[in-house]
Amino acid sequence: MDTRALFSGSTSLSNIHPAIIVTAVFLLAYPSFASDFFIFQIGAYSLILGTIALSLMMLAGYGGMVSLAQLTAAGMAGYLVAILGENSVGVMGLGWPWWLTVVSAVLGAAIFSAFVGAISVRTEGIYTIMITLAIAVAFFYFVRQNYVLFNGFTGFAGVEPPTLFGVYWRDPTPFYYLSLVIAGGFVWAVFYASRSTFGLSLQAIRDNPRRMRALGYNVTLHRVAAYFFSGLIAGTAGVLLVWFNGRISPGSVGVDVVIDILVIAVVGGMRHPVGPFLGAIAFVLLENFAIDLIDRERFNTVIGIAFLLVVLFSPDGLLGIWNRIRSKIRFGRSGQQGASRRTGDDRQSAESSDNVKTQEEV
Amino acid sequence: MRNFVERHTFWAFVILVSVAVFLWMIFAIWPEWLIDGLGRKKTFVKTFLNGVTLGGLYFLVASGFTLVFGLMRNVNLAHGSMYLLGAYIGYEVAELSGNWFLGLAIAFLAIAASGVLLQVLVFRRMEGDDLRQTLVTIGISIIAADLMLATWTGTTYQFTPPDWLYGATQLPIISVIKSSGTAVYIKYPVYRLMVLLVAITVGLGLWLFLNRTKIGMMIRAGVNDREMLAASGVNVQLVFALVFAIGAGLAGFAGVIGGTALSIAPGEDVRYLLASLVVVIVGGLGSVSGAAIGALLIGLAEQFGLAYFPTYGVVLTFLIMVVVLAVRPQGLMGGR
Repeated sequence: MDTRALFSGSTSLSNIHPAIIVTAVFLLAYPSFASDFFIFQIGAYSLILGTIALSLMMLAGYGGMVSLAQLTAAGMAGYLVAILGENSVGVMGLGWPWWLTVVSAVLGAAIFSAFVGAISVRTEGIYTIMITLAIAVAFFYFVRQNYVLFNGFTGFAGVEPPTLFGVYWRDPTPFYYLSLVIAGGFVWAVFYASRSTFGLSLQAIRDNPRRMRALGYNVTLHRVAAYFFSGLIAGTAGVLLVWFNGRISPGSVGVDVVIDILVIAVVGGMRHPVGPFLGAIAFVLLENFAIDLIDRERFNTVIGIAFLLVVLFSPDGLLGIWNRIRSKIRFGRSGQQGASRRTGDDRQSAESSDNVKTQEEV
Repeated sequence: MRNFVERHTFWAFVILVSVAVFLWMIFAIWPEWLIDGLGRKKTFVKTFLNGVTLGGLYFLVASGFTLVFGLMRNVNLAHGSMYLLGAYIGYEVAELSGNWFLGLAIAFLAIAASGVLLQVLVFRRMEGDDLRQTLVTIGISIIAADLMLATWTGTTYQFTPPDWLYGATQLPIISVIKSSGTAVYIKYPVYRLMVLLVAITVGLGLWLFLNRTKIGMMIRAGVNDREMLAASGVNVQLVFALVFAIGAGLAGFAGVIGGTALSIAPGEDVRYLLASLVVVIVGGLGSVSGAAIGALLIGLAEQFGLAYFPTYGVVLTFLIMVVVLAVRPQGLMGGR
């Protein structure tokens, strides 16, 4: 992104990159030429997974907090929809009106996420991953054990979106557009928030929490607020996900799914809100078509290897690969500019190698 | 210890009183009102013993995890996979040779070797970048879990331990006195007690190794200041490889011990990973004594939760973690 646009705080129409317009047109026109399977199982599903991964990207990319509890927040929202709204299992299902159910579910997920944040922000770095993973696993075991609220091993089925304005929202095309609007809205919101005062202080806290504390910023509050916002994103996606599947069970919040979200975010790239969606598309395509390449049973091995390769060779994910290719082309055209651009892009890896250097010096 | 009593006299007193009450509840014959309140004494004592032995098992798994972190700042999220792989390898060897102890030894060695390979081939290349190391271990655990599922399928396996470890023994704890005046003693499986014994032995062994040997001294020095240790002429990479071998080997060792006490099935890796995580978060990362305290706490919490509030058992474990994080973010024994 252009640095000037990044800090000016506003964008006019002429500033929008043509690639964005092309992508937007493609996404809007997508249902007109794709089959129902591609609209629903590939398109809408990628958008939902991408939105959950976006909430992780926001925390990890701007806040430096890799939380594995994002899918758990989404699962929390899904469970709340099934518990507060209606389901066909006969456990809970309080039958609240749909709008109240959705709002409470999303808010519940956000509060849950803020709570996770409040627990984990007292420690830093690698501890965050451990604590959030522990919370995610504990949540999985809890919903599996608890039959009174969460209906244990079976979970809930028959969770459906409302029929509004004469449209049944689980039909492929309406559901696709619903997911697209929500995903697009959140991408814009995250991008906008990253340039707001809050977003900038969050990024500053990521880079140097001690200095920000010394400057008088409330570091903890910023971090918990970031968790709250990411919980809003994850929760909304969780509502969509439970409508998409029509059901939710402990398997939907299991460790493998939690890790899948991390895989999606890392493979896509954590430096830009678009990254998670790239990762989600790659993931969903692989999940659906890996059967043609290898035994379907071994899907996790393929995913694991892809993840390992990305972590080992391109820490910035698919976006990083793209940026590298682009800068190489530019490098060919005008040497200096490309080189300076690269160093800017690789801030994180440069910083980590700096760390190693200082350690060695000590 | 004395330091703790001097600084927190009140808490030391509370701990002392609760330990005394606990001991009384185990050895005394329960009066009627207590039985009315908590149910039969047999349940309580067995839950307690289950908790302690499970704590022993958790300690075996978590001590390796915490040891590796203490020295290398490396959170090995593939530790659960190592546990499960050790259990499977031990099972195969024990079945083929008919010797359970051979299975135990091979599991330890095989997983230790895999740990050294991981350290040499992967972690050495990305030293100091702990987030990336952690992500790599996640990738490895995904692949390992899938390949283990492919090799050993979803079946549950059960070890056959040596004969003399089979069956139950009578403990010198009276459960009730019958109306005829004869005392009924509590029986408990021998193998479970063995687990506890092994855990204590390993714990003591680790303590002696770390505090009384030259290599242990190097490791402790490495925990405090890695660069200084390297500067004083020690081959740090060799020490790293050794510690990783011990840590991973302990996971494989625990796999056979735990697989015999309970059973081996896919999904156990996640369970023991969660246990190690919570144990070291509660006990303090990098501290072996913290791992012992954390394991005991979590083992007891899990078993008492299971026995007394079945559907909310996990919440108890979780609450312990939250309270510890709120009061002492670095863990009970963690110093920073």
